[in-house]
Formats: sequence, C-alpha cells, structure tokens
Amino acid sequence: MTRSVSGPSRTLPQYGALAAVLLANWLLFPDFFSIRLQDGRLFGSLIDVLNRGAPVALLAIGMTMVIATRGVDLSVGAVMAISGAVAATLTQAGWGLAPVLAASLAAGLLCGLWNGLLVAVLRIQPIVATLILMVAGRGIAQLVTEGQIVTFTSPGLAFIGSGSFLTVPMPVVITAILLGVTALLVRMTALGLMIEAVGVNRLSSAGAGVNTPVVLIAVYVWCGLCAAVAGLVVAADIRGADANNAGLWLELDAILAVVVGGTSLLGGRFGLLLSVVGALTIQAMNTGILLSGFKPEFNLIVKAGVLMVVLLLQSPTLTLFLPRPANPRPVRAPAKPESPSPSAGA
Amino acid sequence: MSRTWLISAAAAAALLIGLGGAQAADKKLVVGFSQIGSESGWRAAETKTAKTEAEKRGIDLKISDAQQKQENQIKAVRSFVAQGVDAIFIAPVVATGWDSVLKEAKEAKIPVVLLDRQIETRDPGLYMTAVTSDTVLEGRVAGEWLAKQTGGTCNVVELQGTVGSSPAINRKKGFDEVVAKNPGMKIIRTQSGDFTRAKGKEVMESFIKAENGGKGICAVYAHNDDMAVGAIQAIKEAGLKPGKDILVVSIDGVPDIFKAMADGEANATVELTPNMAGPAFDALIAFKKDGKAPPKWIQTESALFTPDTAKAEYERRKDAY
Repeated sequence: MTRSVSGPSRTLPQYGALAAVLLANWLLFPDFFSIRLQDGRLFGSLIDVLNRGAPVALLAIGMTMVIATRGVDLSVGAVMAISGAVAATLTQAGWGLAPVLAASLAAGLLCGLWNGLLVAVLRIQPIVATLILMVAGRGIAQLVTEGQIVTFTSPGLAFIGSGSFLTVPMPVVITAILLGVTALLVRMTALGLMIEAVGVNRLSSAGAGVNTPVVLIAVYVWCGLCAAVAGLVVAADIRGADANNAGLWLELDAILAVVVGGTSLLGGRFGLLLSVVGALTIQAMNTGILLSGFKPEFNLIVKAGVLMVVLLLQSPTLTLFLPRPANPRPVRAPAKPESPSPSAGA
Repeated sequence: MSRTWLISAAAAAALLIGLGGAQAADKKLVVGFSQIGSESGWRAAETKTAKTEAEKRGIDLKISDAQQKQENQIKAVRSFVAQGVDAIFIAPVVATGWDSVLKEAKEAKIPVVLLDRQIETRDPGLYMTAVTSDTVLEGRVAGEWLAKQTGGTCNVVELQGTVGSSPAINRKKGFDEVVAKNPGMKIIRTQSGDFTRAKGKEVMESFIKAENGGKGICAVYAHNDDMAVGAIQAIKEAGLKPGKDILVVSIDGVPDIFKAMADGEANATVELTPNMAGPAFDALIAFKKDGKAPPKWIQTESALFTPDTAKAEYERRKDAY
C-alpha cells in the first residue's frame, strides 16, 4: 500500500516539515526571510540556517550512503575533530593551503578506510566498529593539538569557513558541490543500485555478483571524506581547532538528518537531497529557537517536540489516517467524516 | 666487568640521591599533589604554576596525574601517605567518595588542601582548607565593570555556559545581582553557548539578527572567554566593530582573550587564576610554623583585566598555557 505512493507525495513530509519549521520561524521572527549584503556576502537568518546547517548536511551526505547499506557511522564527529586538528596544526607549523587541505582530507579518508575494513573485511557490526573510532578519534585529535585550542590566522583556510563565492557563503557552496558530485557518482553509475542492493540483502547481492566488500569500503571512505570536509569547515569558521568540542555529538544529528530525510535505518532506498533537507530542517529549528528568545533550559524540549511531530508525519501507521489527495487509493477514514475525498465513507 | 661497574655506579648514584634527599628533608617541605589530569589549557596552566610556585618557596612538589580517574587519585594519596609527605594537595575530580582515604591521611597527621574544587563530606575536619575561586564573584566583577563603563545603562546579551553546570549558574547569578541594582541595565537576550567558540559564534549571530542587526545591543557578556572569541567573530562578520559598537566582557583570562583585547576587540575579562597552589603553599607554611589553622575556604582573587595591560599579560601567559 505504501509502495503504491507516487514520487512527489513520498517526499511531501520532508519538504513539508522544512516549510513548516521555516514558517514557524517567520511567525516568531518577522524578519526571518530578509536578506541583505554585508561585505559582499549574503547576510540574514535564512543564510544562517544554510551556513550553520552545512556541517551536518555534509555529514548527512556520507551518512546517507552508509545507512543505505544498513550500516551506521558513529565516528564522523571524531573524524571532524581529527581533520580540523590536522589542518590547524599544520597551518600553524607554516604549511601552505594545498598540502594542509590534502593532509586533512587524507586523514578523513584513512579513518573511513579503517571503518570500512572493520565492517567489510572483519565483518564487525557497523555500530560497534565505528564506535571504536568515535572514542579513539577524539583522543587522536587531542594528541594532535596537545589539548589546546590551536588557532591560526591564515586567510586561505579561514576563507573556507567565512569566505563567499558570488555572495554565497563558502560552507554552502562546498556542501552543494559535494552533494552534486555524490549524486552524480551514485545516480549516473550503478553504484547507487549496488549500495541499495547491499543494504537490502548483503548475501543475495553478493550472490548476484556485487562485490560487497568494495561497495562497503567505498561508502565508509566517502563518509570519512565528507566528515573531513565538515571538520575543515568548522575549524575554518572559528579559525581554530577545538579537539574537545568540534563535531561533538554531531554524528547523532547526522543520523537524525538522514532519518528525518526519510531514509530507513534498515537500509535500501535512500535520498541524498532529502537528507540535506533533513539537516536543514534540524538547523532551521535550532536557529528558530535561538531567535525566539526562549530560555536555554527549553532548547532540548522544544527540539524534541518538533522532531516528534516531524517523525509522526512520516509514520506509516499515522499517515494512513491523513487525507491524501494525491493518493490513487483513498483511505477509509471513519474518524473523519468531513474527508474531502468523495469516495471515502461507507 | 663493565656491567659490575655500571651497577656500582648506579648504586653510588642512588646513595648520593638518597643522602641528598634525606638532607633536604630536614629543611625542605615535601608536598604531594594529586592533579586531575590535563584536559584543558587551564588545567595544564594550573600544574605548571604549581611547579613554579613550589620552586619559588623551596618546596619539593611531587605531582601525580590521575588522568580524570578518582581511583588513581585515591592511589596517589595513599602512596603520598606511605611516603610520609608533609602535606597533600588534591584537585578532586568528583565531589564525593573521599572520606575513607582522607581519614587515612588524617590518622597519619598529614594536612590535606583541596585545590580549585570543593568536596562533599560529613566531616569537614578531614581537610585543612580549600583554595577555590568564587564564581558568583566573577560574574559580579564582570557586571560591575560593565555598569561603571556604561554609566549603568546598557542592553546586554548573555552567552551562558553549559545549561545546569555550576560555573554557568553562578556566573549568571553574580551578573544578575548587578543588573538588579542598575535599573538602566537589562539582559535582553540570554542563551547557552555551551562554553565553546563555535556555539558562541552561532548564538551571537542569531542575537545580532534578532536585535535589529546588532543596533540594539550595547554589550555581550560571555560566561567564558572562548564563547567571547566566537562572538567577536560573529560581530565582525555582521559588519560591526567588537569592543566599540558592541562591548565584550567575559571570564577566565585565557591567552586568546588578551590577544583580542590587545587588538581592541574585547574590553574586559575576569581572571580565574591558575595559581591555586600559591595560596595553598602560603597557608601550609604558616600552619607548619606556628600551628595556626587557615580558614576553611581560601578564596582566590578574581582580578579584572582591561586592554591597557593586555599586551604584556598576553606575553606573560602564552607560555604558561
């Protein structure tokens, strides 16, 4: 029954949730949508949502594919801390921008490779395998920075966090590029199909000729790379690497973004763009809470309440009771006699 | 042949060191210090300062790093008792569970001084004194500076520490006391920035947007310097001048805020001094000399620093952290 639902209405809850949160923000704060130029850079609350949502969106891109293979990567927050620590420490040591970027992205790739090998070759369950790096990774980052906040003044690296391209903040540009590249890789090749196949059934996809270890290692490596980019963006934003706090708990936000975006934790079908929409929904909520002037003690409660509503909207059981004009088979809803569908009712 | 030589040389050296130690013990105080670890720059600075303060007074300081574990601290205290040190300093990682090991120290007649944090115990006689800062006072000092600077009229936005943490609660309390006394002073927005730079920046960005592009904000009060550093970047990116258009006052006194003050981007910080051991040494020396017990709580100074001394203070601190 849910399988018969067509494309646009399947994505309706995700876009609807984002629109609803943005609307709520606008009601709370009438200037929410006003945008102006400040020093050649777009400036406004909506831009903040995009800009501040970028790190989680970047994580969510990698995480979506890992989750599509029925896995999960808990280490992305720690990988962010490592890549930021590497970038800041090397910049302070006088390295140029290109080798710094290469080194911290390589650190992310290496972390992803480690996770991939544990999951694909040693067949450790993903949640446990990546937990190792989640714990150890932050320690590695602290070793790199020697427990300090390593700051830098290099304008090149800072540009990644606070620069702009055609007035659009760089974190947003970088996220859009990475989303585009990832979408091309998985949708223009058979890779996306293979990822979904592995997620639905690893054994039978191996039987059908999919090289499952390679697919698995590839998604974890890509996830590590996305995390490294996110780590660079965060470090560049505050012009320093804070190994204790960079990316702390963001792995959970990334998983949440993927789930809010409608990808199932049981693997299979995935939506990259929808995960980014999920990340932006979470950030729109965070920004809204900050703008609203609620006491900080309410932050987590408000966040949990809104998320609850968003997830309820997607619940397969509950959506059966909602009137859906796009649905080819109207649902019997005896509790709602005023249903707009004429064929509903006895 | 070379091996016997080595062994005898080592034995001779050990004997010499032992003799030296025994001789020094006649006049030199020996203090064992169980430190939590080195989880933050401030903590590392506290250890470093303890070493230099001990050297200054000719005290032999033995430091044991507990790596954030109470069991290691208890082991360290027991080993200090076995060594028969003259005093034990503890920076307790948690507040409870100290009674039995402190009793052992008391039975051995070794005075115990708590550094930087208090403990919960039914018998306060188990320790001689505690040297800590007054976090409420820190907030009050910051507030009083701002009230004086602005003539008591100022719309303040506040960046709180982690919700529910004791420094966040107390630093807010102290600042609120000053606000209550000045009818022209108002906290127009307050939010948690989790004591981090990234969150401080994000929250400040939203404050600026919510208050008419920052025009309605006279000052930002941050519960720690890191959040203030983040806020300074947010103010700059909004096209305003931190330290002029929006005043910046914060607490802790880490090197980076002195750098910001030297650049004219921050206005004041209240120092949480890393020198907890110095006052403890002084109390101990006085106690050993005439047996006079110090007060139960030795409060460290919460000194205010402003841009005019920032450059020198930065040079002085950047190696201690």
